[in-house]
Amino acid sequence: MTEMSGADMVVQALVDLGVDTVFGYPGGAVLPIYDALFNHPSIKHVLVRHEQAATHAAEGYARSTGKPGVVLVTSGPGATNAVTGITDALLDSIPMVVLTGQVPTTLIGTDAFQECDTVGITRHCTKHNYLVMSPENLGAIMHEAFHIATHGRPGPVVIDIPKNVQVATGNYARPNMIEHVSYRPQYDPDPTDIADAIELIANATRPIFYTGGGVINAGPQASAALREFVAMTGAPITSTLMGLGAYPSTDDKWLGMLGMHGTYESNMAMNKSDLIICVGARFDDRVTGRLDAFAPHSKKIHIDIDRSSINKIVPADIAIVGDAGRCLDALIAKWNSDGRKAKDLSEWMRRIDGWRAARCLDFPESKAADAEIMPQRAVRALYDATRGMDPIVTTEVGQHQMWAAQHFGFDEPNRWLTSGGLGTMGYGFPSAVGAQVANPDRLVICIAGEASVQMNIQEMSTVSQYRLPVKLFILNNEWMGMVRQWQELTYESRYSNSYSDSLPDFVKLADAYGWTGLRIDTLDELDAGIAKMIATPGPVIVDCRVAKLANCFPMIPSGAAHTDMILQSSEVSGTMDDEAKALV
Amino acid sequence: MKITLQAAERHVLAITVTNEAGVLAKITGLFTARGYNIESLTVADITSDHAVSRITIVTNGPPPVIDQIIAQLDRLVPVHKVVDLADQGPHVEREIALVKVAGTGEKRIEALRLADVFRAKVVDTTLESFVFEITGNSDKVDRFIALMRECGLVEVGRTGVVAIARGASAL
Ligand SMILES: Cc1cc2nc3c(=O)[nH]c(=O)nc-3n(C[C@H](O)[C@H](O)[C@H](O)COP(=O)(O)OP(=O)(O)OC[C@H]3O[C@@H](n4cnc5c(N)ncnc54)[C@H](O)[C@@H]3O)c2cc1C
Ligand SMILES: Cc1ncc(C[n+]2csc(CCOP(=O)(O)OP(=O)(O)O)c2C)c(N)n1
Repeated sequence: MTEMSGADMVVQALVDLGVDTVFGYPGGAVLPIYDALFNHPSIKHVLVRHEQAATHAAEGYARSTGKPGVVLVTSGPGATNAVTGITDALLDSIPMVVLTGQVPTTLIGTDAFQECDTVGITRHCTKHNYLVMSPENLGAIMHEAFHIATHGRPGPVVIDIPKNVQVATGNYARPNMIEHVSYRPQYDPDPTDIADAIELIANATRPIFYTGGGVINAGPQASAALREFVAMTGAPITSTLMGLGAYPSTDDKWLGMLGMHGTYESNMAMNKSDLIICVGARFDDRVTGRLDAFAPHSKKIHIDIDRSSINKIVPADIAIVGDAGRCLDALIAKWNSDGRKAKDLSEWMRRIDGWRAARCLDFPESKAADAEIMPQRAVRALYDATRGMDPIVTTEVGQHQMWAAQHFGFDEPNRWLTSGGLGTMGYGFPSAVGAQVANPDRLVICIAGEASVQMNIQEMSTVSQYRLPVKLFILNNEWMGMVRQWQELTYESRYSNSYSDSLPDFVKLADAYGWTGLRIDTLDELDAGIAKMIATPGPVIVDCRVAKLANCFPMIPSGAAHTDMILQSSEVSGTMDDEAKALV
Repeated sequence: MKITLQAAERHVLAITVTNEAGVLAKITGLFTARGYNIESLTVADITSDHAVSRITIVTNGPPPVIDQIIAQLDRLVPVHKVVDLADQGPHVEREIALVKVAGTGEKRIEALRLADVFRAKVVDTTLESFVFEITGNSDKVDRFIALMRECGLVEVGRTGVVAIARGASAL
């Protein structure tokens, strides 16, 4: 037990918890903590330019390292600015701890200067939150908050700390191990469920693995176990947007992403399968399409650490609650101890090859030197140019995000950072900042749209200040392309407010912030431009001009079945009925 | 376009939670945020150190929704346990209502006579009013209140349901 101020306690707890980086922005209600951080020897504070960016940077830090991201912001506007990123982390299961300043306990509830009901506002967009009323509880709450953020299904935790609690003193002790009174997630699966699952897997003739962000959450050893178990069973595998990288995209059992903008082969294989082995994925509506037509002939094994994910949308035949890694380990052990042999799946794989032959990711393009660049081509060129460099790729939200998911290949987990659940434009650039801070020597690329990137463009200043060599690769189509695409499909091309008017000159903007700015206009400039981006030290913006009206296919329209996939734009009609219009 | 809904079942949930600030808001907020129904909700602490509260919620929904409600409640950090009393075999449900009836003459006499039939207690009397206390399951309380409407009912206060499983075993 040591007596210290609340502010010192916050910093001491961060040190004891192994935190090396805090993303934040100061203000009146957190000045004591900022003072305690002044010239701190082991904790690096990264000063962002907007609190939303602090939260996304923390997400980027967390997703690229597996460690929790830490945010420090002031009361009132500091806290409300952080809300979007907190919600983003909740939907994508990202471990994060957000420390917010609050007015002194004596002023709470009086509409004091910069007071807002932070715990009230964040109650339903956090995994848990705390209002600390005494420095005596602060140390324990800090440790408990990190425990909750990182255990079970990860998520954001807010600790609201009134200013007088930061100034007053209390006793701090580093706890040994946290045994929470009520929060006890289940990590190890029930052996009978594992045995039942093995029985189904060993006898399936058309099995498929459907994996998601939960495998990434479970750590790199879970990805390794996944590879091993897939190899043992010989079954093909698809993944959600959030799970890319858990299984190598270069493997022949890999079918690509599934869902709304997934591949034809993965969606058809899901639809025709007799067994779906879902590991750490949550049957999102982008994935299932029309529910009554979703994989109608298959049994489902659902592995998830959060019981509420199971049977939420699609009923499971075998529900396994546990950590993805430990469940996969248990499946491998049981497969071996039962002496199971992989079934001959060649008939199934032949059918899948038939769907692959549709070459659903192909796109029309001109190969002329001065041709306009198709955005898909730009992503492929970026992928080809960075092979072997093990880059970390983040994205904004829109068509470019889907093209990146389709055409960039990932072979390892924690290399792909995107906002899936909330779909937050403005996520990609600051999350690249966070990933670069966490991985100073790695190549970090943000694939952005010209509209999304403007939502947190102020972070160019943060990048300059910390000399972060982030590469911001903008697929500039001068449209909110994803919105325009839906307007073409649903509203007979009435382009209501979807044009990106009055764009800045991104090259000059780079100059203004002390970055390098490059522009790529035509196909013959593409490879050289990318090579120059990679070779240039320090931060680089690439304004890559791409075909303005390209659309993202394949696509399952909202509310349609997997088998009703649109492969090319020629199949698109201009309107939809009200049922379809009401879906997101 | 029409919005269609599935048929609902009534369920009584008993939830034990850490007795901390905001826990009730967290639980009621979960119901509003996810579109679940609350028919009634009661809460009070139940341990000698006041550390744990028991919340009884009467809700309704199709069976898969009830399962989801339980799973969603169960993953909240301050929640210790969630039990669907329907899964616990038979259980007892009670609520208390305080029913104020005003009037004189025949109606007043009828009110008193009916209260006697329902074994409601008179807890306050003036020359032109009674306050009755009635305890029972919601059905009985409903029926009593309906009858009192004919006898000069002016005000009702109800606790909502508390419930517990029959037999020796505990939650
Ligand atoms: C414009 C746009 C288009 C999109 N199109 C698509 C699309 O075509 N296809 C697609 O797939 N997605 C798409 N998405 C993303 C989609 O909205 C969802 O975010 C995504 O499908 C959810 O991925 P997931 O199921 O892997 O779940 P996640 O959100 O990653 O959730 C992880 C699941 O794993 C569980 N879990 C967490 N930790 C563990 C652990 N240690 N062990 C076991 N389980 C664990 C969690 O409880 C949760 O159920 C799109 C998003 C946008 C913005
Ligand atoms: C904060 C926020 N506001 C609005 C949206 C809705 N939205 C989704 S994609 C999109 C357009 C994105 O345009 P751009 O960044 O240029 O990417 P493109 O689709 O052209 O690749 C919009 C407005 C969103 N996802 N997030």
